[in-house]
Amino acid sequence: MALFFTKREIVVPGQLLAEGRYRADVGAYGKDEKVYSAVVGLAELRGNTVKVVPLQGVYIPSEGDLIIGKITIVAGNNWKVDLGSGPYLASLHANNALRRPYDDDISRYMGIGDVIVAEVSAFDRNSGPFLFMKGRGLQKLEGGMLMSINPAKVPRVIGRRGSMISMIKDLLRVQTVVGQNGIIWIRSRDPKIMRLAVKAFEMIEAEAHTSKLTDRVHDMLKEELKNLKGSIDEDDYPSDEDEGPPKDEAFEEAPVETEPEPEVESEPAPEPEPEVVPEDEPTETKEEPSEVEAKPDKAKAKPKKVEEKPEEKEVSEE
Amino acid sequence: MSPEVKPDYLISPEGLRNDGRRPDEMRPIEMKVGVLKQADGSASIRQGKTYIIAAVYGPRELHPRHLTQNDRAYLRVVYRMATFSVPDRKRPAPSRREKEISMVIANSLRPVIFLEEFPKSVIDVFVTVIQADGGTRCAAINAASLALADAGIPMRSLVPSVAVGKADGHLLVDLGDEEDKYGQGDIPMATIPHSDEIVLLQQDGSFTREEIMEAAQMGITSCKYLHELQKDALKLAYARKEGENGGDDDDDYEDDLEHDLGEAEIPGDD
Amino acid sequence: MGDWSSEVISHIDYDYVRDLLSRGERLDGRAFDEYRPIDIEVGVVPAKAEGSALVRIGNTSVVAGVKVLVGQPWPDNPDKGFVMVTAEMSPMASPLFELGPPKEGAIELARVVDRGVRESDTVDVSKLCILEGKHVYTIFADVYPLEYDGNLLDASSMAVNAALATTKYPEYKMEDDKLVKTENMISIPLENMAIEVTHSKIGDSLVVDPILKEEMVQNCRITIAVDENDKMTAMQKGGGIGPLTLDDLDAAMGVSIERTHDIMALIKEAVKSLK
Repeated sequence: MALFFTKREIVVPGQLLAEGRYRADVGAYGKDEKVYSAVVGLAELRGNTVKVVPLQGVYIPSEGDLIIGKITIVAGNNWKVDLGSGPYLASLHANNALRRPYDDDISRYMGIGDVIVAEVSAFDRNSGPFLFMKGRGLQKLEGGMLMSINPAKVPRVIGRRGSMISMIKDLLRVQTVVGQNGIIWIRSRDPKIMRLAVKAFEMIEAEAHTSKLTDRVHDMLKEELKNLKGSIDEDDYPSDEDEGPPKDEAFEEAPVETEPEPEVESEPAPEPEPEVVPEDEPTETKEEPSEVEAKPDKAKAKPKKVEEKPEEKEVSEE
Repeated sequence: MSPEVKPDYLISPEGLRNDGRRPDEMRPIEMKVGVLKQADGSASIRQGKTYIIAAVYGPRELHPRHLTQNDRAYLRVVYRMATFSVPDRKRPAPSRREKEISMVIANSLRPVIFLEEFPKSVIDVFVTVIQADGGTRCAAINAASLALADAGIPMRSLVPSVAVGKADGHLLVDLGDEEDKYGQGDIPMATIPHSDEIVLLQQDGSFTREEIMEAAQMGITSCKYLHELQKDALKLAYARKEGENGGDDDDDYEDDLEHDLGEAEIPGDD
Repeated sequence: MGDWSSEVISHIDYDYVRDLLSRGERLDGRAFDEYRPIDIEVGVVPAKAEGSALVRIGNTSVVAGVKVLVGQPWPDNPDKGFVMVTAEMSPMASPLFELGPPKEGAIELARVVDRGVRESDTVDVSKLCILEGKHVYTIFADVYPLEYDGNLLDASSMAVNAALATTKYPEYKMEDDKLVKTENMISIPLENMAIEVTHSKIGDSLVVDPILKEEMVQNCRITIAVDENDKMTAMQKGGGIGPLTLDDLDAAMGVSIERTHDIMALIKEAVKSLK
């Protein structure tokens, strides 16, 4: 039994990591009682399991992932969704997005070029990922901007229990959704603030494997905000009324349980977040047919992040 | 149009080569990782005057579909020489030589890539020779395997590659252009360093059986050296991005490593 | 090149770029008539190419190399050599560039860059004759994109001009009816220079040096080659079928003339650095 790496050492493919009764986990492989790295990454030992956290790579879907994708094909009752990274085109069946009955022409609800937040409900490498879009925060995105980063850096963007992303949101008061596939949606009224958010995400991507990154990003943003001050009207922030919640498309809101909330620190966390719909909040949302409009008003009452609110649209007949 | 004249000798009376190298000495080599921003992975190599850039895209959706393999990714390599990389202008259209070299490069990289992780997809490797001064297919393999690693493609190993040849009766590693043109033969090879297995082997010219075995041994030794350079280049590319403070006490950091990103499950190899 | 109108652009990207422009802002914060940082490096293929240059505009980069060969003149121009520019859209440079024989876009790129050089009489081809009807110098400038983040045309145009300006090749002479290479290294007889400046028309706005995200949502592009005397020597409207107005054209020419001055100065500086 021997280990040939130090904690968090940057290792490269083919590098011998351990010999003896060690088990190879992701990013590593075993051969003849030896464990080697398969990727460039940070080597880690957990018990007798050796794994390598990759520093690069395209997006490989995993059940439960929150993703942001672009609709590129509408075929029958399916939307095909481009995830921007990796070899797989995702499929979203109308049953997993709309409340029945829905119109035969599903492009009435969402069409080519629309951008959605959805959850990976199943994945295998032969048929590609299937998506699910009923649940809080799972919706078509409106307004704002998109950027993409390497999907391997997403965990760092989110940070421990969402620490990084919350820090950015708090400082900049932007709305943002981070997809596991490396696509990030950002919305603020002020383009300068969006540009700052982009700068922060790019910094995280470039320095993802360095320490004290949260502090450095924080300091950078503070500094930049100071420079911006004066040019920004603080009162601008709170309500983005003009951008309002997404128009009434036609999605069914699934019951609250669907909320992707399981693993605290992992991915989905950022957007569906607490602020969106406090527990005590009336739940007119779900399931009741009609009132598309209900939301907007409530939304306005709320301080911010209106649109993160689930859409309680009703599909039914139109 | 650059002047190319056959030198009087390739090995001096003192046993040194035209450029002053010993028979088993490589040319100066510089490898860099992450040189192109649009590609998923990239690397460049300067080996003597040879200068090559490699870019990797993928795994991504494969077009045209008839190339699709249902149980693994298709590794597609395209080796191209810039028209101005050689003394006489190369015609822009791909030559038979370029097509064959593309194939042998692909065949030397396929054994080390976990292609079965990405069925139906394609991993593209694009190699451009900016300046050619001998040994381009081997240099291309050195750069391509770095670019693959830089793209995060799971691999059993990096693949180092070198040409061993013969001139004036001496076996020489890492042939330069003149030694290649005017020497008596050339054996490009590539290896998997931790097992010394050979994944590229070609030969031209005239060698005895003993010479081939000796040349192969020299090649394996040189590949080990090249492998060290490859590892250094990769680590440097990632270490360089490390901020000023290498502090070790970042809780965030620790925690991030806990994330399972749903990366490729790499199965045991045995 | 750069006609991405058949790609699926997300509505968010489309609206965002246009919305910003309507407020007078660009994605990356530049002014409408401002280029990204330009870096020109010459002599990058010193051992094999007679001239070469690597040009970066922001995250777009191309390498150009020049080969000078002695060949036969065209029958209709027996006392003139010739210059030919080619360019391809190497799949190395972008996930959008496909493998295979040059497609329309790549051919347009090559032809537009070629036209910029040819129509301005950048090279005095009458000085490229060694023996009329028999031997002339033929000059090939070939461009390979390495990274594509918009505006390959201007990067290619700069790279070709910088490569031509730094080209050195051996002089040939006729001696006793034979073509002989001399020891003398000579430069290309450059008479004029023209630089291509590309604008994207997006909504009602006209912006110079578009990045890819701008090209993706443009109505069309207009490329204008301007020479040392502020004359237009080549133009190309492309990159989409959106119309241009006369006002657009006039404004684009104004910006092109100004930016050409800056770019020529950069090229001259780079050329000087080699000497």
